[in-house]
Amino acid sequence: MARPLINVPQKAKRGDVIEIKTLISHIMETGFRHDNVGKPIPRNIITSFVARYNGEEIFSADLHPAIAANPFLSFFTVATASGTIDFEWTGDNGFHETASAKITVE
Amino acid sequence: MKHAASATRRDLLVAGLAGAGAALIRISPAAATPDSMKRAIRQVVGEAPVRKGKVTIEVPALVENGNTVALAIEVQSPMTPEDHVKAIHVFNEKNPLPNVISTHLGPRAGRARIATRFRLADTQTIVAIAEMSDGAFWSASADVIVTLQACLESLD
Repeated sequence: MARPLINVPQKAKRGDVIEIKTLISHIMETGFRHDNVGKPIPRNIITSFVARYNGEEIFSADLHPAIAANPFLSFFTVATASGTIDFEWTGDNGFHETASAKITVE
Repeated sequence: MKHAASATRRDLLVAGLAGAGAALIRISPAAATPDSMKRAIRQVVGEAPVRKGKVTIEVPALVENGNTVALAIEVQSPMTPEDHVKAIHVFNEKNPLPNVISTHLGPRAGRARIATRFRLADTQTIVAIAEMSDGAFWSASADVIVTLQACLESLD
């Protein structure tokens, strides 16, 4: 089961540039490996990630098999208002996971 | 007759090499990039020129385990609505696929920096390309030496 870990500052001053870190457990199987009887292991990766701040998209990423297992992503955003930052991962085999974090902006 | 023919052939060869060299410099920001990476970069930038600069790649020069390599890309930009980084793309030349990640950001980012962890199948050159709001492309490349390869090993 994929378990996301999110690191967002709980509080920030308006206009501050804050760092957001996300980590999600996922095998990120490349599709280029073979099992011990030589059968190819099918690809199973997270293909996209989106972050939304109070509903507005602030960051997105297209992931490829070259991203390591348990994808880690860090990026920045300006703390504009109190509210929620939502995160969404989608991938192969109907993979879909969400997480969210609250932020208070003074 | 024979002489003239070989001279023509040599001339052609020289002309061809010069043309290829010029094309390489125009297309690719890194010195020697295999074709698959060049094609992947072309798909992103189209016909636009890619200039070196503004982009910084933070990656270890020597990697013991290619299965997980820390990577950070920073782009010099004021990140204002008029002048900001729209996207940061990362490519590699020797993994099975040339793409690593494409990230999309905007003026709300405040700072054009991303970090992730990726895989390296071999000792190779990494290229990062930043797409600016004015349509310009800037790039940087980094060489990484890998001792334990990723992506292709079998499960035991």
